[in-house]
Amino acid sequence: MIKWNEKLSPEVKNIPWSGIRRFFDLVSEMKGVVSLGVGEPDFVTPWHVREACIYSLEKGYTMYTSNWGTLELREEIARNLFNTYQVSYDPREEVLVTVGVSEGMDLALRTVLAKGDEVLIPEPCYVSYSPCTALAGGVPVPIATEAANDFRVTAAQIEAQITPRTKALILSYPNNPTGAIMPREELMEIAKLVKKHDLVVISDEIYDKLTYEGEHTCFASLPAMKNRTILLNGFSKAYAMTGWRLGYACGHPEVISHMTKIHQYTMLCAPVTAQMAALEALQNGTEEMLKMVMEYDRRRRLVLKGFKEIGLPCFEPKGAFYAFPSIKHTGLSSEVFAERLLTEAKVAVVPGNVFGMNGEGHIRCSYAASVENLTEAIERIGKFLKTLAPGQQEACG
Amino acid sequence: MDKTDREILEILQNNSRLNPGQIAAMLGMDQADIEHRINEMEEMRVIVKYHTLVNWEKAGEEVVSALIEVKVAPQRGAGFDNLAERIYRFPEVKAVYLMSGAYDISVLIEGKTMKEVAFFVSTKLATIENVQSTATHFVLKKYKQEGVIFEDKEDDRRLVISP
Repeated sequence: MIKWNEKLSPEVKNIPWSGIRRFFDLVSEMKGVVSLGVGEPDFVTPWHVREACIYSLEKGYTMYTSNWGTLELREEIARNLFNTYQVSYDPREEVLVTVGVSEGMDLALRTVLAKGDEVLIPEPCYVSYSPCTALAGGVPVPIATEAANDFRVTAAQIEAQITPRTKALILSYPNNPTGAIMPREELMEIAKLVKKHDLVVISDEIYDKLTYEGEHTCFASLPAMKNRTILLNGFSKAYAMTGWRLGYACGHPEVISHMTKIHQYTMLCAPVTAQMAALEALQNGTEEMLKMVMEYDRRRRLVLKGFKEIGLPCFEPKGAFYAFPSIKHTGLSSEVFAERLLTEAKVAVVPGNVFGMNGEGHIRCSYAASVENLTEAIERIGKFLKTLAPGQQEACG
Repeated sequence: MDKTDREILEILQNNSRLNPGQIAAMLGMDQADIEHRINEMEEMRVIVKYHTLVNWEKAGEEVVSALIEVKVAPQRGAGFDNLAERIYRFPEVKAVYLMSGAYDISVLIEGKTMKEVAFFVSTKLATIENVQSTATHFVLKKYKQEGVIFEDKEDDRRLVISP
């Protein structure tokens, strides 16, 4: 009998499972649950995109593409970024098509990090940054953003954590799970710091199109930041294409080419079918995308108002499709709250602590759900809150 | 009619059961303002009716629909309007459109049987003065109506929890 425990790499063994997994197992066994726990759009990919994909299959597009992705798609990505943010990337050597932002993040970290290099990670944030940093031999250095500051990371907070080993800073705005966005002026302050300390920025902007107030600032579009930034983005959220697994990385030719080297050996290329669909999404998908964004915005307002009425304090998220209300007043931990909410009120949310520092005391509620389901969920949460503290939870709208 | 009015209409057209409170929340506006706007649009008959799209076939009801192409001679002074009115006043007529192209008026009729529809066309419609000819096309199957696909219950295929 082989003893796998002795065969496994200690680095991998030390990586904890995402806290979401345990919760997922719990939810999967229950019926009649209204879920606000889903981190993806509730729209199906627009039909014109699916239809273009079917057509590409009919035409026999079933082969490998260039390691970088098809030139046509890279050109369209570059054109799109230029039109939106006035950042100009050369599609031939500054754009790499990846299997989602997940692969892009992994490639970026593995390409940049030497053993022991520190990566600054503002938290709460998406669950993969720390584990991927550790897997790449780096040391994740979390920076706890504050609800009082609308979960924005400040230049001062970043500077306080910089050491001679600091190599990179991960930015992820609009943010999953908080819905926070970063104003341009504050990003400018961070940019100064990045330059002063000669850092690399890995900017995950997968939710860029889902910005509801003001305009999203692409970090690479800030003065002198293009060549220091690895810009990661993709099609999952804006175009409702999560299952297609398609994203892209843009940056200086030197870093992108080394990332492509890893990609070439580990992935070869992103699936051609998804690349064909993504091309259609970029060329003809703006109108439907904007409709979906408008719909999210309406639901965002509905949820915020609903939370207010049932006495659930929530800072106003201005991006992505998450609200991150505080449950500190209940005296319960995020995990206990989420678990009891699930079993007693049949509403699934994700406990905030799985997203890192300062996530504790919050729950992540995705409003990528129908108005009917959102209304039902808010009602159920309201009733649940009343059972926690009878007599004290009168509506305070 | 401004942007908010259009947004209200779009929301109601998609789901007329949402109440003014919900719409107000969705648009970040005052409920009283939304109620006022809806009232005004109802009075102006911009909002004509709140109705339910029914798949009668599924309800087990026999419904026969036909699309009838009608060629008519327009009247001096009134054009097609008088004639259209004589047609659309019949309750079995569900829709009437003035068309460009090979014929003039398109009439959608619903009846209980094919015979009933045919009878209506031959006795009521074809005999109206200035109606020159009719061509009746029976509907065999309804796939989609008012932007809604009848047999398209897309289940939520997402994982219940995902990061």
